[in-house]
This record gives sequence, C-alpha cells and structure tokens, in this order.
Amino acid sequence: MSSSALNPQPAALGTWQAVIGLEIHAQLNTASKLFSGAATAYGAAPNRQAAALDVALPGTLPVPNRAARDKAIRFGLAIGARIAEQSIFARKNYFYPDLPKGYQISQYERPIVSDGRLPVRLDDGRVIEVAIQRAHLEEDAGKSLHDAFHAASGIDFNRAGVPLLEIVSAPVLHSAQEAVAYLRAVHTLVRWLGICDGNLQEGSFRCDANVSVRPAGSSVLGTRTEIKNVNSFRFVEKAIEYEIERQIRVLENGERVVQETRLYDAAHHRTRPLRGKEEAEDYRYFPDPDLPPIVVTAAEIEAIRATLSELPHARRRRYVETLGLPEADAAQLCADKATADYYEALCAARPGPAKPGADANPAGGREWAKLCANWVLGELAAALNAAELPIEATRVTAPALAGLLARLADGTISGRIAKEVFAAMWAGEGDAETIIAARGLAQISDDGALAAAIDAVLAEFPSQVQDYRRGNDKLLQFFVGQTMKRLRGQAHPQRLNALLREKLGSRAEGRGL
Amino acid sequence: MSIDHATVRRIARLARIAVAEAELPALADELGRVLALADALAAASDAHAVEPMAHPHAQALRWRDDVVSETDHADEWLALAPEARADLYVVPKVIE
Repeated sequence: MSSSALNPQPAALGTWQAVIGLEIHAQLNTASKLFSGAATAYGAAPNRQAAALDVALPGTLPVPNRAARDKAIRFGLAIGARIAEQSIFARKNYFYPDLPKGYQISQYERPIVSDGRLPVRLDDGRVIEVAIQRAHLEEDAGKSLHDAFHAASGIDFNRAGVPLLEIVSAPVLHSAQEAVAYLRAVHTLVRWLGICDGNLQEGSFRCDANVSVRPAGSSVLGTRTEIKNVNSFRFVEKAIEYEIERQIRVLENGERVVQETRLYDAAHHRTRPLRGKEEAEDYRYFPDPDLPPIVVTAAEIEAIRATLSELPHARRRRYVETLGLPEADAAQLCADKATADYYEALCAARPGPAKPGADANPAGGREWAKLCANWVLGELAAALNAAELPIEATRVTAPALAGLLARLADGTISGRIAKEVFAAMWAGEGDAETIIAARGLAQISDDGALAAAIDAVLAEFPSQVQDYRRGNDKLLQFFVGQTMKRLRGQAHPQRLNALLREKLGSRAEGRGL
Repeated sequence: MSIDHATVRRIARLARIAVAEAELPALADELGRVLALADALAAASDAHAVEPMAHPHAQALRWRDDVVSETDHADEWLALAPEARADLYVVPKVIE
C-alpha cells in the first residue's frame, strides 16, 4: 500500500512526537451545485457551468441541494457520528478573486456531522481508530489561472459552488504513514458510500495536513503549520515527512516554528511558506442570513441509514474471520467496493460439478474463497491493469470466472492451463467450458488412457526403468515428464504420479526383485 | 468595550474598505458603542438560558432536488465583467 519500508522514520524522531490532523475535502458527486442548478460535470469549457448565483450577481439567493445534505449524512452514519438535527450555514469571509461574493458558504458552529470514528488498517496490520471531529458542507471556490495571461489572472467559475464535504480529523495521527493510511481509508469509504468519485487528479479529493511536533511525552500541542497543494497519496506522505523533519530541525536549532500555510513542492521535495496565518485566519464567520437552519428529522436519518450496505472494515473483518482469507488479501479486496462486490459475486457463483461422479465439494468453502481471492488479485487484476480498465468494465464477469475456477478446483484443468483459458476468455473466445472443449485442454485423469501412455514410456526407456528400480528415485520425475509430453501436458498430475508409482512398483514385485 | 484605531484599520482592510485616517476616531467610537450593546446583552443574567439564534425567522431550509436546471448564460455574465478574455474573467495578477 505505501512505502513505509522505503521511508524509515528519521532517527531524531526518538525525542520528538509528530502530531498530525487532516482536513479532507471530498467533492460530493451531485449533478448540480450546492446552491444553484448549474451542472458540476468536470472538464466543461470555462464559465459555461456558472449560474448567476455562482458568479455572485446581485439579487440571487442560494437554494440548497437536498442530495448534498443526504450524502453528508450518509458519511456521518458510516463513521458512527452524531448527525445534527439542526445545523447552520455560515459565511466565511475572505477576499480573493475566485470568490466573487467575498465569502464562502460553509459551516462553523454546529456542523451537520460531528464526533465520528474510522478504523484504519496500517501497513503492518495494526488497526487504529481515528477520531473525526466534524464533517461539514461547504461550497467550492472558482479556479484562478495564473498562466493564462500576461500580468493578469483568469477566473473560471465552473467549480464555484460545487458541494464539498470537509472532513476534519482530530490531531491524533503520529506519522506520515498513519496519516496516509487514514487518508486512504477515507478515500475508500467515500467511494464505497457512492458520495464522491475520489478522483485526485481532477481535484475531487483533496487534503490539507496540519503538522506539529512536540517533545515525546508532552501533552501540549506544538505550533502547527498547514500544508496545502498535495494531490497524491505519495506526495502527502512525503510532504508530511519533510515537514516533520523541518520542524524538528527548527526546534533543535533553538528556533520557533512559525504558524503558517506552506505549499509542498514535489519537484524539490520540500515545503515553502505560502502566507502568514494571522490575517488570513480572520474569517469573521457568522450565520448566513440567506439560509435558515438545516433541519434533519430522525425519520430522514433512519431512511438514509437503511440504505447503507456493509462498510469496508466490516467486510474486511468478515473475509478474514468467516472466509479465512489472509489480512492482506482481505484489505486489498476491500480497497474499493467494485472489487469487493466482484469478489462477493465470484464466491457466490460457484457452479456444481460438471463431471458425473466428481466430488460435489472438491475444495472446501475456505479453499474456494482463497482460490477466488488469488484470481481476483492476480490474473484478473493484471488483465485489468494491462487493459487500463476499471473492474466495472471487466471482460470476464464473475459468473464466467467462477465457471473457469470450478474446472480448476475439480481438476479438469491445471493452474497453467487455467491461465491460458482465462486469456482466451478475456479475448472474447467464449466461456471456460467452450474453450476447454474447443482446444482439448481437459486434463486426462482417465486411468485407462494414462496407463496406456505410461506403458508406452516404460517400454521406450527400459534402462531408466532398471535404474529406478535399483533405487534412483529421482527418475520418477523423468517418467512424469515423458508421459506428460506424450499426453501434451494434459495429464492430471496427481493421478499420473500415483499410477506411475503403482506401475513401477508392481512390475518390480512381479519380477521378484 | 472600546476599539483602538489600529483595530479599525485592520477591520477596514479585511473588508477592503478604504477608510481615511480622519474617519478613524468616529468609526472607533461607533463600533465601540455597537460592541457595548453586545456586551450588555451578554451580561444580562437570563441570556444564557436562551438558545443561540441562527436566524430571526422560525423556519427551516427549503431544499431543491439535485437536478441541473441552469442553462448557459456565460456570454451574458462575461459581458458584465470589467474585463473578460477567452471566456475567462480577467483580474489583476494574483500570485500567492
């Protein structure tokens, strides 16, 4: 998942403790904006999706989007948070050209979601519970383009008014690795809940990190800096690591950390000051007089709760406890809902045995679960990667893959042949049965056919047979190889081994050796 | 509560309002009286029993469904701006 092994903690950290809190902005995937009926689709030509309200023309009034509220509540329920029966929108006042009203509509006192927690699995398998202080609704600002013109900036208001959920963790994270694991867990959760597409490149999932350092054992928080402008998990980790080391250096030189906003510069792997906080922090929040309080009834909350499905950490635990999967497999499968759902469908789609007389349950339920996990995380993931497809667009559906794995589990084909069949299925040549039959790939486990081939091989290599009978056991593999060759690799390996031993042994007895 | 001239200057700057030095004493006095009224309310013995009021009207928000209802008026809105080029609103260079 991450590079903790590549990024050992700095030795100096021993006497210092880092304290990190994250502010995550998740763009809620509504069709229209938080307060206007303009579209939110990414990539439109500049200003084509900015309504009169979004460019702050006089006389316009905000009308809030119910779907944005419901998605915020959905998140709150998923983290076991308190959903405010009454919360309020506030104006956050600051001056910037991409904020034409002169204020951002946000929430300050009484956010819609408060006091939640999220279990976070770390790379080493430990699970920590991260306290989430609040999650509140707010509108995004427009976008400034500084390179568009000489000596002027261009403003695009398409993003202005897009609904955001700002998710604020308590300052309870103590390393860059913990912070990134938490960030990934939130990323998984918002996509799992279907409230945010989680696209980092397009800016629909962004993160600011508040970082401070204090002497180990102290309970007083040190002066913090805020890192902005990080748009990948790797950069968040590197930026926090850099900032922790920088602050330790500052403190060990007897200087003081200045409270400020810093930008991460990925090209040079460092952070640099953006602006002093004192003045920018003075947002003069007050309740927005244009917007009465947000009232949510208990019935509305329960209706949303009823639509929640099993959450990622619960699903992960079930895979480990009930299906017996290794932790790492379960975590990988549950990294996104589409993969977990595919896996679920694959496990459930196990068809009955094809051959009469075959064991109805050749592999136990847990073995089947593990086989399915191996294929989803192995062959299927590799094929999706190579084709640059999301699992939703897979060319081999769960029932189709189940058909293949069933033939592997019952010994009709070997693991190597299964990969060949999978490649053919991916290429659209049909289902597993069709391909196995058309290419004659079924393993020969019929004793008569095997015995005939073995007899021919033993007749062909009499001196090797003698050597074997004199005690050169290693020659068994030679006979296996020769027989396989004769049967074009399709012999059922266990059956072949057993028959070979039987024949080599029985003849020996027959000759009285 | 009294307000000094430096505070008035700072508030004016945050609000992007040009205030002449000569206006500072009068503004400081007016703002000080507004705050005195707030102090008087805060000091009232029974004020703490009252729920903070978010809005003067006892009403809840009206919600709209998540539907795109806006049509493209970009050309009209851009025409209102002091300067627009390439479908962008143009402002003096802002660099952080």
